[in-house]
Amino acid sequence: MQSEADSGHKQGEDSQLRRSRRFAALRARGINKETYITECSDLGLVIMDGPNDPAPSLRIVDGRVAELDGRVPAQFDAIDRFIANYCIDLEKAPRAMAMDSLEIARMLVDIHVSRQEVSAIMRGCTPAKLVQIVSHLNVLEMMSALQKMRQRRTPANQAHVTNWKENAALLAADAAEAAMRGFAEEETTVRVARSAPLSALALLVGSQTGRGGVLTQCAVEESLSLKLAMKGLTSYAETLSVYGTIDSFVDGDDTPWSKGFLASSYASRGVKVRFTSGTGAEALMGYSEGCSMLFLEARCLMMVKGAGTQGVQNGAIACIALPESLPGGVRGVLAENLIATCLGLEVASGNDALASHSDIRKTAKLMLQFLPGTDFITSGYSAVPKRDNLFGGGNFDAEDFDDWLVLQRDMQVDGGLVPVQEKEVIEVRERAARAMQAVYAELGFPPITDEEVAAAAVAHGSEDVPDRDSVADLAAADEFLAGPRTVIDVIAALAKRGFGDVAARVLEMQRQRLTGDYLQTSAIFDDNFKVLSAINDPNDYRGPGSGYRLGGERWQKLQSLPQCLDANELVAKSSPDARLELQERGPAERGTGIEVVIALGPAFGTAMNATLAGLQHADVLRALIAGVEEESVSARVVKVYHTADCAGIGHEAAQLSGSGIAVGIQSKGTTVIQRADLTRLNNLELFSQAPNLTLESYRSIGRNAACYAMGKPPRPVPVKIDNTARLRLIVQTTLLHHREVQQIAESRGIVQLAVSFH
Amino acid sequence: MSRKDYPLGQFCADDIRSHTGVPLDAFTLDAVLGGKIGPGDATIHRETLEWQTRIAEEAGYAELAANLRRAAELTAIPNQRILEIYEALRPRRRTYFQLLALSQEIAGMYGADETARYIREAADAYRDTGLLKTDETHE
Repeated sequence: MQSEADSGHKQGEDSQLRRSRRFAALRARGINKETYITECSDLGLVIMDGPNDPAPSLRIVDGRVAELDGRVPAQFDAIDRFIANYCIDLEKAPRAMAMDSLEIARMLVDIHVSRQEVSAIMRGCTPAKLVQIVSHLNVLEMMSALQKMRQRRTPANQAHVTNWKENAALLAADAAEAAMRGFAEEETTVRVARSAPLSALALLVGSQTGRGGVLTQCAVEESLSLKLAMKGLTSYAETLSVYGTIDSFVDGDDTPWSKGFLASSYASRGVKVRFTSGTGAEALMGYSEGCSMLFLEARCLMMVKGAGTQGVQNGAIACIALPESLPGGVRGVLAENLIATCLGLEVASGNDALASHSDIRKTAKLMLQFLPGTDFITSGYSAVPKRDNLFGGGNFDAEDFDDWLVLQRDMQVDGGLVPVQEKEVIEVRERAARAMQAVYAELGFPPITDEEVAAAAVAHGSEDVPDRDSVADLAAADEFLAGPRTVIDVIAALAKRGFGDVAARVLEMQRQRLTGDYLQTSAIFDDNFKVLSAINDPNDYRGPGSGYRLGGERWQKLQSLPQCLDANELVAKSSPDARLELQERGPAERGTGIEVVIALGPAFGTAMNATLAGLQHADVLRALIAGVEEESVSARVVKVYHTADCAGIGHEAAQLSGSGIAVGIQSKGTTVIQRADLTRLNNLELFSQAPNLTLESYRSIGRNAACYAMGKPPRPVPVKIDNTARLRLIVQTTLLHHREVQQIAESRGIVQLAVSFH
Repeated sequence: MSRKDYPLGQFCADDIRSHTGVPLDAFTLDAVLGGKIGPGDATIHRETLEWQTRIAEEAGYAELAANLRRAAELTAIPNQRILEIYEALRPRRRTYFQLLALSQEIAGMYGADETARYIREAADAYRDTGLLKTDETHE
């Protein structure tokens, strides 16, 4: 007994010192490069239901708010005051606040209750009430609600376009490609603030070269951003940040009123605006007031609405890793998207900043917005490589384009991107870079060389284009910003230098500015400059069969990936192996003596010429025969016409073999060694993974068959280990096997062959 | 103009002109190349914003409508002055009376009554919540 106790103790000690190799492997995974923490409400590190979150309350006296979420006017901070003044529909409020939050939550997912009906109630809610409502929903219910509550019927996507060198030709080329790939909006930013005018210009010219109607913006400091818009170089602004606590707001050097005034200022120049908010910002800045992230975000969103901005980009944005460190963080981020839609706001739903080291985690999070669809599924898909992304590295970038396209195709979901052809992309990139070259020349900016244009056309990133004289570029940028020249001069420059079509599109963007149509909620332009907004393309989702459905031409377009093979063409292809001559010598007879019958599938060498592993049929057959003969046994070759099944081919041939041993091989390369007395599905050796077989494998198979014929022990057949073979080749397997089946001729049975190699 | 006239660019193109009075139809490449369109011409007209205000209101976007109504007023205010007003509204830039004076000025000079009221409300809120400029000596 004592020794047992001792050894138990010792084991305990050992297990503290011992490290598991499996845990080491897990620690090395991307998911474990991230930090996970427990909730800490004092620091605002809690997603929902923070202990300091107030209970929902609203009292209205003489048509004014006399209590808001537990505070009376004397206790109001500037945000409470703004919300009380501008954001709560006092007519709708009494009914909304009296309703059970759970009942409202159920209305959100009830397909029999329209978006407008729910919205009318949500308009009368306080921030705490909004949080209470969505807290009743699980993720799937939130997604379902998001599908119904988003404002625009047609989903879309936004791109981030930047480059480390701030090279205008490359920026224009990338903007053109992003436009061609289907992004409805493009945003750039700068490494050096002074570059902003030229970067905004390159984004404008490039995007319109790719597709007319793409909205563009340049994320810089508020005043500079407004100046760029006034010059006509941008058509929307987005980086107007708001915060859920006033100390954070003041840290950002703004108040709800100054931001609201900015919103009106942009609109007064015909420029679209959305604000930026998102969970985690207040905690990060140290001013959470001990409230939960979602409660503070609800305050932000009410402020956005009260300021009269048509929309918001939210979903934690740059702070995404902070809510993700907490339990329920990703659910909370979805909840904030949902609240924004409930308030009638356009939503660009995050998924922009790098959210994880794990592709699984990134993609899983993306699905919450990708599947229901939002106004902009990402508020910035990096259309450039990660290292060129000046927003701090995108969550999804240029190298993920095809992944995104395949996800759309897999799920029949419109994620806003369309497949493109390499040739078209190079052409449009070159044209955009040429257009920039022309504008620079006409406006007297430091020249863009032909070398730069050629490099930009085929570039992947900054390292593919030459360096520029950045001092001269910045001087030109300063002069452009300070001087009288505007987008009108850019249009004239384009037209004069032979870019009339691009000039016309840039001009059309200005004409659209005069109409103000894209100031309405959730506005974008389609390929024909037709505005699509919540006014003329309102989301009318009411359950199955309603709302946006990916179908018709658009679905055809989205599924037509350039790398997609034509199945019919593949099936039709029938090519004999020119190096293999198989002469038919009548029905095969039963043999005598020690022989191995090698039985070929119906298409072998005649209708097909290679296995799934890409081995020529001539070589495969030669290897099999050589293997048999290596053991001084004779090989007899037959073709089985009445079945394409590997087991069937082997079994039938074994009945004819003098030794009772046969090798059956399908045209795709699957092989079996069979003995006459075994049942069809029982066998000596089966090589079912044809892609993993080499000529050496086939030679060994022949040799083993001969060994069985002589009663000698066989040796292991060498095969490659490749777990992806089935994944890679299942389509080819299906198509090749189909071809084999087509060659079946029941009446021909088994035919004796004379083989010669050329 | 109402919701059924939206998009205005499609259904009411003939009624649209720029802030400077250039009709939408006259916004052509030829006009740009002929120097008939200047830098100031690519700006929305107050009236167009008022139409968009009505459309937003009819569609149930009341707060957006209020914003567009203020925007319509701001079309009368030059770019530089807009930037100055924005600066004045940032935290602790102005005293209460400076903000009230600003409010009066834009009502008087530009007829921007809604915006003037908005600035007055900001002044009151800043006064009550400590967002005014307090230390005069730093001016």
